[in-house]
Parts: sequence; C-alpha cells; structure tokens
Amino acid sequence: MSTYQWDWGIILQQVPESEEFYYQWLISGLGWTIATALSAWVIALLLGSLIGVLRTLPSRPLSFIGTAYVELFRNIPLIVQLFIWFFVVPELVPTVVGDWMKRDMPLPEFTTAVFGLGLFTAARVAEQVRTGILTLPRGQKNAGLALGLTLGQTYRHVLLPMAFRIVIPPLTSEFMNIFKNSAVALVIGLTELTFQMKQITGDYAPSNPIEVMTLVSLLYLSVALSVNRIMAFIEKKSRVPGYISGGK
Amino acid sequence: MIEINKISKWYGDFQVLTDCSTRINKGEVVVVCGPSGSGKSTLIKCVNALEPFQQGDIIVDGISVADPKTNLPKLRSRVGMVFQHFELFPHLSITENLTLAQMKVMGRSKEEASQKGLAYLDRVGLKAHAHKFPGQLSGGQQQRVAIARALSMDPIAMLFDEPTSALDPEMVNEVLDVMVELAQEGMTMMCVTHEMGFARRVANRVIFMDKGQIVEDCAKEAFFGNVEARSERAQQFLSKILQH
Ligand SMILES: Nc1ncnc2c1ncn2[C@@H]1O[C@H](COP(=O)(O)OP(=O)(O)O)[C@@H](O)[C@H]1O
Ligand SMILES: [Mg+2]
Repeated sequence: MSTYQWDWGIILQQVPESEEFYYQWLISGLGWTIATALSAWVIALLLGSLIGVLRTLPSRPLSFIGTAYVELFRNIPLIVQLFIWFFVVPELVPTVVGDWMKRDMPLPEFTTAVFGLGLFTAARVAEQVRTGILTLPRGQKNAGLALGLTLGQTYRHVLLPMAFRIVIPPLTSEFMNIFKNSAVALVIGLTELTFQMKQITGDYAPSNPIEVMTLVSLLYLSVALSVNRIMAFIEKKSRVPGYISGGK
Repeated sequence: MIEINKISKWYGDFQVLTDCSTRINKGEVVVVCGPSGSGKSTLIKCVNALEPFQQGDIIVDGISVADPKTNLPKLRSRVGMVFQHFELFPHLSITENLTLAQMKVMGRSKEEASQKGLAYLDRVGLKAHAHKFPGQLSGGQQQRVAIARALSMDPIAMLFDEPTSALDPEMVNEVLDVMVELAQEGMTMMCVTHEMGFARRVANRVIFMDKGQIVEDCAKEAFFGNVEARSERAQQFLSKILQH
C-alpha cells in the first residue's frame, strides 16, 4: 500500500504569503476555462458553419477556400497554433498592429486563446456541418430551388435546419472537446484550470498533488456532463415529429 | 408554353441528352416515358434549369432558360415541380411546407399564404393534416401535399418526375386522381411516368426517349393505336410495361 497522506483540507488552506485560498484559485481557473471555451465555441460554430457551407457550394473557388481552411487548421497541432498566434503573428503583421497586439490588446492570453481555439475548432465544426448537408437527399436542394427559393434561401430554410439536427451528436463531442482543449492555453500563460492545478501542485503545495488533481479532474468531468445534458436537451427540443434519422 | 430546342447535355464525356426538341402548348399534357437511364429526369430538370445544358435552348413562356440574364429563381417559381421522392421539408409542418416559398419568393403575407395553401390542401383531400409533419403522413399523402405545395405558387405549368414510382401500389391511384383532375382543368403538364393508364386518359402527346434521344413524339392516339408504326425500341418498351 502506498503511504500517501490524503489531506483534503489543503483545498481550504490559505496560499502562503497571500490573501487568497487555494479553492479560490481553482474557482478562478474554472471561470477562465468556461469563459474561454464558450467564447471560442461561438467563433467555432459561426465560422465553422460558414466554412462547412462553402465546401458544399457548386463554386470551385469558394469550396477550395473552405477545403484549404479545414486542412490548414485541422492538421497543425493546437499547441503549435497557439504559439504561432501568440509569439509569431505579432512579428509578421504590420508594426502598428503587432505593437498593439503586444502592448494594448486587452487580456492578451485570453483573447489569443479564444481566437486560436475558436479557429482550430471551426475546422472541425465545418467538417461536421458539411457532412450533415451532404447526408440530406439531393432532391431537397432541388425542391427548394424548384419553388423559386434562391440558393441562399434554400440553405437557410431547407438544408441547414435539417443538417444541424443531424449533426447534433458529433457537435456535442466538439463542444465537449473545446473545454478539454482549452487546457492547452496554459502554454501561453492563460490562468485557466489546468494552469492553476499546475501552479498549486508544482510551486505551492507539492506534498498534496493528488487531492488537487482529483478535484480538477472532477471539475472537468462535471463541465463535460453538463454540456452533454444541455445538448441532449436541445436535441430533444429540435426533434422532428415522424422523422426517422438516417432514413427517409 | 414550353419550347425545347435542340438540347444537348454532357456529364464529362458522357452525353446524356442528344439534340432533344419538342414543345408543350398551353393546356397540353405530355407524357414522357422510356427505359431507366434514358435521360427523362435530366430533360425535365433542364426545363426549370435545375440541370444546366451545354447546347440548345429552352423557352418557358417566352423566357430563355439558357440566357445568363434570366432570373432563374423567378422563372422556377412559375413552374411547379413534383419529385419521385416527394421532397417535402421534414422539419416543417404541412402548412409551413405550403407557405414557405409563397412568403419568401412571392412576398405573400402569412395569412394569405396559409389561406391559399390550405385551399389546395383541401383540394387534394388533406385539410385535416395541416398541422402534421411530413414524416407522419403516408407516401401517397406526402405526394399529394407536394402537388398542393407546387400549386400554391400559381404555376403556369407543372413538371412531374415519376410522381408515383416510389409509392406502394395501393397509393398510386390517389395521386393519379389528383393529376387527372389537374389535367382536366387545363393545366399545362409535362409528366415523366410509366403509368400508361394515365397517359391514355389525359395525355395529348406521348414522348418516348431512349439513350438520351427523343425517339417518338406523337399524339396519344397514334402512340397507342398504331403500335406497328412505332420504332422498334418503343415497341419493345411498350410490350414490356404493358404486360402487367
Ligand atoms: N450527376 C450525374 N453525373 C453523371 N451521370 C449522371 C448524373 N445524373 C445522371 N447521370 C446519368 O445520366 C443518364 C440519364 O439519367 P436520368 O436522366 O436520371 O435517366 P432517367 O430519368 O430516364 O432514368 C443515366 O445514365 C445516368 O447514369
Ligand atoms: Mg428518372
């Protein structure tokens, strides 16, 4: 048997030479994790839908732009992308912009993490949305057009409402992934949940790492389960009466 | 009303349509038949520009389909189309299926659109189902709704692409009855169908296609009455489908 001395009291202890308590650090970390993931998800959903739609259009240049985006953002590791956005991009853009990014951009770690994670996840959302559209019977698009709807109206009122319903399950996994992936942002100094865990167990309370890690794991788990429940609720609410998914 | 002038179309190297010409006058009912893969669906989809074609032109009510300046959504909104697999919008109620394009394309108000849509729904005998969703109706009922949806746009002509071939046999007649009624009221109709009973009852002309070409284009009486005068391919086809 291990001789590890469990002591959950550590969570409630005050941080040495500080006004704060460890649990406050963890709550603050959880807050940044949730704020980063939710903001990035908004970007991922909007941009991902747009890119996914582009890839299904008859126009060669537009669908090429969509494909290029997906391949670029999907195939470079997220951690590398965050480094590039944080350290490299400010050096490559015009000096005025670069200086602004380095000195004046509000919450630089947070902002970079939101955009980096959002753009990365958008590529994955785009693939789901594209698959959803392509799963629909070809005749649906023709039916919309034959009634005189424009291609844009056909997407808006005919194709996308069904495509999104079909891809709720894979979008749920992407939504859950974005919370887990936000942990990568610790490499650019975002003080999210994993950053706090690392700080506490590394520098402050190295004798009680297991309690802190267990608690952090449980926090991630409960966030994931909540997201899952919310998406299940949305799926139920948007269910189409009489429609058997996957068949027609 | 619909004038098809020397249409040719290729998918890559494969020629689907070769020099197809015909015309459908106002109030005429023309039945298009032919073996599977002969290009019937492709031809009928060219009429409302759902399929582009490389040569020839189609004139619908004086408007050229091939002219790049033509407002295609507007042209399509005036030509009703009914598909083999109904293609109702599954996430919309029957009423919403009937009113969507009326509101978005013709700018009708919700009240006006529902009034119009429900009147046609009543005509196809389905008024009681207005609040349901497509997945809750039988195939025959869905196809009747699809016809009502097309009629709600006040079309100048109707295109049918095998409207009964995805239906269980006992539902074929309820759809054909609606189509016969429509024909008798003077609707201009181009119908891809193998229902020769329907053709005998209401068609003015019958077109027979094979391998992307219009092989026969003649009055119904000649097509069914004088079989010996028909091409060999048409005779073979007729003997196959008339056996049952
Ligand atoms: N998108 C397409 N790409 C390539 N070939 C096609 C396409 N659509 C149809 N075809 C071919 O064109 C021919 C005519 O098809 P179609 O018009 O659907 O015939 P029909 O309706 O008479 O059965 C068939 O050989 C079919 O395989
Ligand atoms: Mg066909």
